[in-house]
Amino acid sequence: MVGAAVIGLGILLAKLRINPYIYFAGYIVLQYVVIATAWNVLGGYAGYVNFGTPAFFALGAYTAIFLIEAFEAPLPVLIVAGGLVSALLGLGIGYLTLRLKGVFFSIATFALSVVLQTLIINWEYVGGAKGFTLIRPPAPFFGNWGVLLFTVMVALAVVTVLVARSIERSWIGRGLAALRDNEEAAECMGVPTLRLKLFATTVSGFFLGVAGAPFPYYVTYVEPSSAFNLDYAVNALAMPMIGGTTTWLGPMIGAILLGTAQQIATVTISSELNLLIVGVVLVLFVVLAPEGLTGLARRLRGR
Amino acid sequence: MFSWDLLANAIVAGMLLGGFYAAVSLGVSLTFGLLDIVNIAHPAFVILGAYAAYVMNSSYGLDPILTGVMLTPVFYGLGAGVYRIYYASFERRGEESLRGLVFFFGLLFIIEVGLSLKYGVDYRLVEAAYIGRSIDLGGVGIAFRLLVPCVVGLLMTLALYLFLSRTFYGRAVMGVSQDQVALRLMGADPVRIKTIAFGIGIAAASLAGALLITISPVVPSTDRDYIGRVFAITVLGGLGSIGGTLVASIILGIAESLMATFFGPSWSLAVSFGILLLALAVRPAGLFGR
Repeated sequence: MVGAAVIGLGILLAKLRINPYIYFAGYIVLQYVVIATAWNVLGGYAGYVNFGTPAFFALGAYTAIFLIEAFEAPLPVLIVAGGLVSALLGLGIGYLTLRLKGVFFSIATFALSVVLQTLIINWEYVGGAKGFTLIRPPAPFFGNWGVLLFTVMVALAVVTVLVARSIERSWIGRGLAALRDNEEAAECMGVPTLRLKLFATTVSGFFLGVAGAPFPYYVTYVEPSSAFNLDYAVNALAMPMIGGTTTWLGPMIGAILLGTAQQIATVTISSELNLLIVGVVLVLFVVLAPEGLTGLARRLRGR
Repeated sequence: MFSWDLLANAIVAGMLLGGFYAAVSLGVSLTFGLLDIVNIAHPAFVILGAYAAYVMNSSYGLDPILTGVMLTPVFYGLGAGVYRIYYASFERRGEESLRGLVFFFGLLFIIEVGLSLKYGVDYRLVEAAYIGRSIDLGGVGIAFRLLVPCVVGLLMTLALYLFLSRTFYGRAVMGVSQDQVALRLMGADPVRIKTIAFGIGIAAASLAGALLITISPVVPSTDRDYIGRVFAITVLGGLGSIGGTLVASIILGIAESLMATFFGPSWSLAVSFGILLLALAVRPAGLFGR
C-alpha cells in the first residue's frame, strides 16, 4: 500500500511543475530523516553513541559505485546492496560493544570512519582520491531524476520511520531501553543484551547504508571527502538530540527542522554558516534541553 | 632496492615528530586520562592556538613559539571557563559521559567552522628564522622546524611530570583521579582542582598549536587528523601516565613516518586510527595501564 501511494505521489509530482530546487533540497532533508532515524535506533534506543555515521553512509554510496562500475546495476539493487554491506559493518561494531562501552565505543566508531576513508582513497577502482563521476542515463520514470530520487527518498524515509516505530513498540524496544539504562542489571534480569545490541547495530547500519546508496545518482560526482563528510556525523547526532532520542518522532522532527533550516541557510547566507548553526544548536540543546523538543513538549503537557 | 639512508632518516624524523605528538597529547592525558573528561574538542583548541600564533606572526612578526608561550594564560582562562560550563551542565547532574561527549563534539565543530568563516580554508603558515634550516649528521638530516617543536614538547612533558609529582596542586590532580570523596574529606575542592587541571590541558593544547604551525601549514579542518592521534596516544600510553604518553607518541611518530616513507603519505593517517582501533579492541588499558 505504501508502495502504491509513493508511485502515485511520484506521478502527481511529475505532473505538477514545481521549481526543481525543491526536489533537490527536499531530497537532502528526507535523507537526513533516514540518517537521524537510523542513528537513533542505536544511539537513542540502545544508548550507544555512534560517531561513525559517515563510514556507514559512505559504505552505502561506495557499494553503489562499485556495483555501477562492475555490473551497471539498477537503483533498487544498489539500495538493497548498500544497506546490506553497511549492515555487515554494523554487525561488526556490534561485536565491538562486547569490549567497548560508553565513550570508548564512540571514539572507536570515529576511528573506524577514518580508517575506511583511507582505504577508499587508496582504492583506484572506485575513483580513489580523484573521485568518481557518474553519467546518468535518462530517468526511467517521471521524466527526470530530481522527481525520481525525491520519490525514492520519500519511500525510504517512510519505511525507515515505520521500522523504527515498530522496533520501539515491540519487546525489542523495551529490551534496548533496559540495557540503555543499566546494561548489567538488564543482563541479570534475563534480557539478551548481546543479541539486542547486535540487532540494533545491524538495523542502524542497514538504514545508514540505504541512505547513502542513491547518493552517487544524486550528486553524480562522489569523492571520499564528500561521502565521508564529518557533517553527517554531527547532523546524525544533532537531529535526534534536538527532537528527542527516546521516540521515533524525535529524530524525524529534528531532521525536518534542522535539515530545512540548513537548506534555507545554505541558499540565503552561506554553507559554512549553516554548519555553525548546527554546532551551536547542538551545544545549546545538550546543555539546556537534553530531552529534546519531544521531551520539552511532554514536560509542558505534564504540568 | 632497500635504502638504509631512507630508513634512518624516516626513524629520526619519526622520533622528532613523536616529541611534538607528546605536546599535542599531554592535555588529553591530563583531562581524559586523569579527570575522565572526554575532551574530544582538544584538537580544535590546538588549531585555535595555531591560528593565534599565525595572527601574531603575520601582523606583528612575533616568533610563533614565543607567542604560544605568551598566550598560555589566555587559553588557561578559556579552558577553566569551558570546564565550568561542562561542570554545571553535566557533571553536577551526573550525566557527564555521553552528553558531555556530544557537548565537546559540538564545541569542536563550532571552533572549526568559526575559524573557517573568519580565515577561510586556505593553508596558513608562519615565518621564523629557524624554519627551513637543517643540520646534517652523517647522511641523516635534522630539520629545525621539527627539532624545535620536539624539544619544546619534551620540555612540556618534563614540566607536566614535575607538576604532577612535585607540587601540591599536581598531587591534588592525581588525588582527584583516584578518589574524589577522600580528597574532599582532606579539605580540597575537587571542582577547583579539576578547573585548574582542565585549564592547564587547554593551555598545553594552545602551545602545541604553535608548534604545529611551525612544522607544517594549517587549515581549520586539520583538527580532525589529530582526534585519532591524540586518543590513540592517550589510550596506548595508559590513560594518564605522562611517561607512557611520551613513549606512545614516539612509537606513533616512527610508525607514521615509516608508513609515509615506504607506502606513501596517503596511508600515514590510517596508522594512528588503526593503532587506536587495535588498542581499544585488544588492550584498552594501553601499554602502561594504571
